[in-house]
Order: sequence, then structure tokens, then C-alpha cells
Amino acid sequence: MSEDDKKSVLLEIKDLKIEGYSDENWIEIVHGIDLTLHRGEVMGLIGESGAGKSTIGLAAMGFTRDGCRISNGTVLFDGMDLTTATRSERRALRGSRIAYVAQSAAASFNPAHKLIDQHTESSLLHKVSSKADSQEDAIELYRRLRLPNPEEIGFRYPHQVSGGQLQRAMTAMAMSCRPDLIIFDEPTTALDVTTQIEVLAAIRDIVDQFNTAALYITHDLAVVAQMADRIKVLLKGDEVEEADTRKMLADPEEDYTKSLWAVRSFKRDQKSEPAAGETPLISVKNVSASYGPVKVLDGVSFDIYRGRTVAVVGESGSGKSTTARCITGLLPPTQGEILYDGKPMPPNYKNRSKDQLRQCQMIYQMADTALNPKKRIGEIIGRPLQFYSGLRGADLKKRVDQLLDQIEMEPSLYYHRLPSELSGGQKQRVGIARSLAADPAFIICDEVTSALDQLVAEGILRLLDRLQKELNLAYMFITHDLATVRSIADVVVVMKEGKVVEMGPKEAMFQPPHHEYTDLLLSSVPEMDPDWLSNLLDQRGLDNIGEAAHQKKT
Amino acid sequence: MLTFVIIYYAFLIVACCVAGYYKYRTALLLLFTLLCISMISGLLFGADVLVNITICVALLAAAAGLSYSFRESLIQVLPPEGAKLMRTAPLTAAFGLLVIIAYIIAAVFAPVIAPFGEAEVVGSSFAPPDDLMLLGGDQLGRDLFSRLIYGARNTVGIALMTTAIAFTVGTIGGLVAAQMGGWVDQVLGRIVDTLMAIPQLIFALLLLTIVGTSVLNLTLVIALLYSPLIFRLARAVATNIVVMDYMEAARVRGESTWYLISREVLPNITAPLAAEFGLRFCFVFLAISALSFLGLGIQPPTADWGSMVRENATLISFGEITPLIPAAAIALLTVAVNFVVDWMLHISSGLKE
Repeated sequence: MSEDDKKSVLLEIKDLKIEGYSDENWIEIVHGIDLTLHRGEVMGLIGESGAGKSTIGLAAMGFTRDGCRISNGTVLFDGMDLTTATRSERRALRGSRIAYVAQSAAASFNPAHKLIDQHTESSLLHKVSSKADSQEDAIELYRRLRLPNPEEIGFRYPHQVSGGQLQRAMTAMAMSCRPDLIIFDEPTTALDVTTQIEVLAAIRDIVDQFNTAALYITHDLAVVAQMADRIKVLLKGDEVEEADTRKMLADPEEDYTKSLWAVRSFKRDQKSEPAAGETPLISVKNVSASYGPVKVLDGVSFDIYRGRTVAVVGESGSGKSTTARCITGLLPPTQGEILYDGKPMPPNYKNRSKDQLRQCQMIYQMADTALNPKKRIGEIIGRPLQFYSGLRGADLKKRVDQLLDQIEMEPSLYYHRLPSELSGGQKQRVGIARSLAADPAFIICDEVTSALDQLVAEGILRLLDRLQKELNLAYMFITHDLATVRSIADVVVVMKEGKVVEMGPKEAMFQPPHHEYTDLLLSSVPEMDPDWLSNLLDQRGLDNIGEAAHQKKT
Repeated sequence: MLTFVIIYYAFLIVACCVAGYYKYRTALLLLFTLLCISMISGLLFGADVLVNITICVALLAAAAGLSYSFRESLIQVLPPEGAKLMRTAPLTAAFGLLVIIAYIIAAVFAPVIAPFGEAEVVGSSFAPPDDLMLLGGDQLGRDLFSRLIYGARNTVGIALMTTAIAFTVGTIGGLVAAQMGGWVDQVLGRIVDTLMAIPQLIFALLLLTIVGTSVLNLTLVIALLYSPLIFRLARAVATNIVVMDYMEAARVRGESTWYLISREVLPNITAPLAAEFGLRFCFVFLAISALSFLGLGIQPPTADWGSMVRENATLISFGEITPLIPAAAIALLTVAVNFVVDWMLHISSGLKE
């Protein structure tokens, strides 16, 4: 391919405005975006949720979600205006020249068909190749994407392969017609760090090999730094700024961009070790548990002291949340016991006293499902007060107002609202207030920040930290995000396959030498340095990341 | 007649042209279909059909106009939240609401509205309609119109009562089964399976023969027969709710089962339950009518629509429409309730136009 051809403009969006229909009105949600993408170039679109990233990504295919419409501007793809193109013209482009990779591959694959049948579907539909050729090509792509057993894996059903493999299979599927443009919509957000890295490597590799242009949509800055040639920052449907990746990282111009960059800076010092002889508030003693015949926890022990934070890290399936369920009594352990203040607690929550239940509260990952959508905020926060302390009427209202103040939400504004009328961060705050209402000594935070934008997540972390200081709370912080661990933990517990692999004070844990699993976890967390992924791959080789690394060890 | 035919076609053609010129697609299609149908049926059956078509269209238009004015006045009268709801309501829903309200008024004020008593013999048997008896007399010479009004009271009242009992029992059972799980769920589920294994009408006939046909027995037996369906629905929707994190939070808080099902689960499943209520109401209604028709339902001389159809059934062979009037009353209410239910389903599913 000649240099000229490589530089030519593939996608040009001019003054794009998109409106959404709500409450019987058309409301503008994207306010005039310009975007130019050259052949073979990768552009990162970043911003908080609601910034219009996905909407713009879809509009690049000439598509809008139901209830949205393109109200102004042009989307020129290779000289063809997609906003005025007929439906059949656009349909001819999609899948063959423009492809889309969605956030959740598990939800995007049809569970009733084999991977390879879904892979060949679009090339057959667009009559690019025959079924046999297309299957051969699929196997070749699987090989290039470093999927295990490329000859065989395509003949499995989606539930028979892991999440990371599925995401790579989806990328392969997008490549099936060799499109000129791929839109990646948060392709790694739902994955573990160790899995994310191999998907990132695979995507970058394949985009390079075929000189495909890509729009990479994400809210994770460190990821976009690895993937994109240029970055465009969006805020509430407006462009904030656009620049080459290196320039953008080194020297952002706008204040908003700077604030995004600074997010990962929150860090509090590790607290002093508890005095010798202090009784731990919660003590997990040699706990094993199983779901039916499947053993998920195997001899887990750790202590949590008053006013301290224990972070439990590990990949999904490592038993973090199960440990939490054992502590709350939802899953009685098969072996071992939970001590509260030195005294054993009944294993099943049904046998615990009201006071024991009150002491141990939980904040959930998905604030959407953690708050009853039919109850008003005042009711949600008020119920534990009513239930445990028997507060009624004006006393109850006063205490709820206090709690709302404590989580920095104006009581008069929010008392009567429903959860659906709040933003994600506000819902999480209400979840925190509900657990505080029980006046607990210990709170389990289960991935509380992972569903939130970074700015919002940082606000939540600061709030939790402040509350810990004020109320001398102990936290058990379940997370897979090591940046979160770095910012607020005192003690780190690393779990893998139901066992504690390593544990110790935070400062010691972030210094080598590590257990090799800890090392794998730590090194897989993307950093803001645009060379990080390349360096890591050089250092460890393609076979030493993600699942491949696991398999080698076992 | 000739002038009527000419005006009829001229009007349709002009209306089609106007709709076409101003690009009202739906209106144009409707009018043009009507024009085609009129032409074919006019050629086949003569001009009389055209008169009937005109009457049908006029009735439909009147119903649409009535529903429209009803909806618009509701929007003006109701508080903002209700007005917003009504603004998005389709005309069919407004029509359904209107009919239901009319039935309720008829049922509540039956003694005031009906010119004669429920069991009062006024004229000769099967008397034709006249000024005294609006719809004529039945097989004993009682006023059909008065009995129709009183029938609303009995039929609708008993159906409502029955559905309410079936819902209370079924919903509580379903929620308890979903929340408790384990053996409670198993036992309740198997009981329900047993009840559902026997054909409903036959089971009802059997039970009513055993316990006798009083209004109370009728209500309880039909409620018993319909509660398994509600149980299954309530359990199915509640199982999706009980796995939510807020349920876990409430459980770990130490809340009682009653609090969990009544305060946490129930508010989240009211939409599907309400929609089911409307549908089930129609079925119960028809079941009572069917039982009355078979002679095991509401006993004479109490008026109810099902037995009224049966009592006047002999007239059908003489080409009289009298027995069809109570049947039409049943049909109209069923249609009206279903219109409203459709609308509620639409709202609860969160679909936007």
C-alpha cells in the first residue's frame, strides 16, 4: 500500500448533531462533532458515561439507536454520505466495510449457534466468499489472534469458551470481510486485567496487520493510551480537545482533560499496624465453602481490624465475593468460622441476632440492582433506622437528612426521589448511606467503583475514606482494580481459585518480590505510558500474558 | 336511494383525493380500502349494504369521537401526572376506560336506571320492543333492559370479587414460594400442578355439584380454580426480583418474609399482575357466564348475562337478536377491559412508540 493511500481520509464527520426523544421532546445529545479518520489510523474516543461516545461510534456507521436521530451534519465514509444514503446502501456497508465490536461479547453472540457459523454469516451475506473459504479464513484469523486450538475452537458454542476468548472471536468476526473501519465499543471493559491485556494485544496486532482504521471507544485512559494514535476527549456531547496520543498524555490543554488525567492520583497513606494483642474486629478463620459439590473456598483466613481497610484482589471466580457471602452469612461455610470481636458468629444469617446483623453491612457493585427501584430515597435510607433503632416520624426524617448530608447529597432535593432519577454515582452514595444507617462497625464494599466513571469513582473513594476516619469503620474492599487498592488499602489479600495466595501490608505488597500470581496481576494493570503494552510484550513475550500465562503454570 | 349512492361514492372519492394530496398515508389507505369494499359489495348485494356500511362507519366514528373527547377532557381534569399518562394513551384505551366506567355506573346505580325490577313481570313472554320495554321482554315477560342493567351488578360484581380472591391467594402463594424456595416452593408448586391437571370447567362442575350452587360457593370455587394461574405468574416474575441485590440487602438486614414480599417484591411486580388481572377478570367473567349457561351458576330469578343468553336461546331459531344482547354486553366489556390491559402492558414493558 502506498504512503498516499494510507494517509487518505476514510471517515469524515462534520458538525454531527444527534437528538434523542424523551418526554415528548427531541433533546440534542451530541452538539456538533467533527471527526476525521485516515486509513489505518486508530482514534480513541474517551469521556464519561453520557458523553456521547457510543452514540458517535454508531453514527459513524450511519446508525442511531431507537429513539435517536441524526439532526444535522454529514458522515462521509469513503466519499459517501451515510446520513442521506438509503437503507440498502448502508446495509451493504455494514459488516463488510464497517464492522462493530460490542462491549459484551457474551451478550452479542447468539448462544444457539457455533462461533464459526456466526463468523461466516456476514461474508456469506455480503457474498464476499464461499462458506468453505470463509471458514478457512476464520481459522487463520483465530490463529493470528492467538486463540488456543484455532482449528477446533470455532466449532464450539459461545458458552464453551472464556470471556477473553469470546471477545477475541468477536474481533475475528469483525475482521471476516476485511473491513476498512472497525468500531470498538469498550471491548475490554467487562474483562479481568489479565484477560484484558491479551485482548488488547490481539486487537492492536490485527489492526496493524490489515491496516484497518478503528474508532476505539473507552472510558479507561490507560487502555486508550496503548491503542490509539490520536485521542479525542468528549464531555456531554461536546468535543473537549483532540491531539496525538503522546502529546495528549504529556501536555493536555483543557482543564477537564487534566482532571481526567489526575484521577488516579488519589492516595492515602497506609495506617499504622494495629497494636499487638488487639482483637481483630472480623476474623476469617480457615473458611471453606462450596456451591453444591463445587468447592469455591479453600481454607481462607485473614483478619480485619477496626478502622482499617483490607483489600481483597483477584480475578473473577477467585472467590472474593464468596468470602463476603460467608462473612455476611448468606453462604454458611462448610468448614471454619467467622469471629466477630473474638466471638464466633452463627454461620447462617438467619440465626444471627439483630445486633450482629447490624454490625456488618454491605455495599454492592451494581447500584442499579442494589436499590429497590420502586422506593424513594428517604424510604431506602430510612428502613434500617426504623428496623434497628425503631426511629419514627420526625426523628427518622432528621436522621435520614443527616445521612444524606454525610454522603454530600442535599436532603431537600433527594429525599423524595426514586433511584431511577439519580446518576450512577449518586445511587452508589445512597447505597453507602443505607449501610451507614445501620450504624455498623464493618462494611463490605463489593467492587463499589468498578461500574463508575473514574472521576465519579474517585469521589466515592474519597467519601469512603472520610467516613472511615469519622466513624472508625473497618472495610473489606473487594476489587480487581489495583489502582483502587493502591489508593485506599492498608492490607492486601490476593486470592486465586478460592485460596489466599499472598497477603500483607500494602506497602510491602507493591514492592517486589511477589508471588508470581501477584506479579502477573500487578504487571497486567495498564499504565498511562503509551509504550507500556509494547514494552511488556517485549519483556514477557506473547505467550506470557493472560490465559496463556495461567496455562503454562498449571 | 340513487342520490344516496351518488353522494356516498362522491364523498369517498373526494376524501381519498384530499387525503392523498395532503399525504395522510393511513387515512388514505383506510378510505381507499373502504371505497374498494363498498364498490364490490355494492355491486354484489345492492345499495342496502352501503347504508349498513355507512351506519357501521358512523358508529365507529362516533365511538372514536367519544373516546377522543373523553381522553381530552380527562387530560384537562386530571392532575399533571395522570394527564401525562392519558396524553400518551391510545384511543382504544380511552374507549375501554369509557366503557368500563359506563358499566360501573350501570352496576352501582342499577335501581335508579332500570325502569322495572329485576324479577318483575311486565308484559307477555318474548314481547317485542316498544316504548314500555326498550329491548322487549324475556321468556317470562320481564323487561330485558332492566335485567341487563341488574345483570351488570351481579355478573361484574361477582367476577370482580372472584378475581380479587384468586389474586390475593395466588399472589401471596407465589411470592412466598419465590422468596422461601426449597420445600415450601416444592409443596406449593405440586399442589398447584395437581389443581391445574384437571380440566377447569369439569372441575368446577364437580365442585359445585358437591358444595351446592350459592353465590358464595360459586365465587370461592372459581377463585380456587383460577388462583394456580396467578400463583405461577407471581412466582415467575418474583423469582427475577428475589435475586436482586436489594433483596439480599433486606434479607441480611433480618427482615421478615412478610416484609420482603409485601414491601420489596410486590411493588416491583404490580405492572404484570395488573395486566394479568384485567385478562383474568375477563376469563372469570366468561367462566361464570358459561356456568350460568349450564345452569350451575347464578340461580334465577337473579339476573346475569350468561343465564339470560340461555333463557332466551330458543329465540335464535326465529332469527331474533334478543339473546345476543346480553352476549354483546359480555363481549363489549371483554373488549374494553382488554383494550385497557393492552395499554397497561405497553406502559409496563416500557416500550416507546
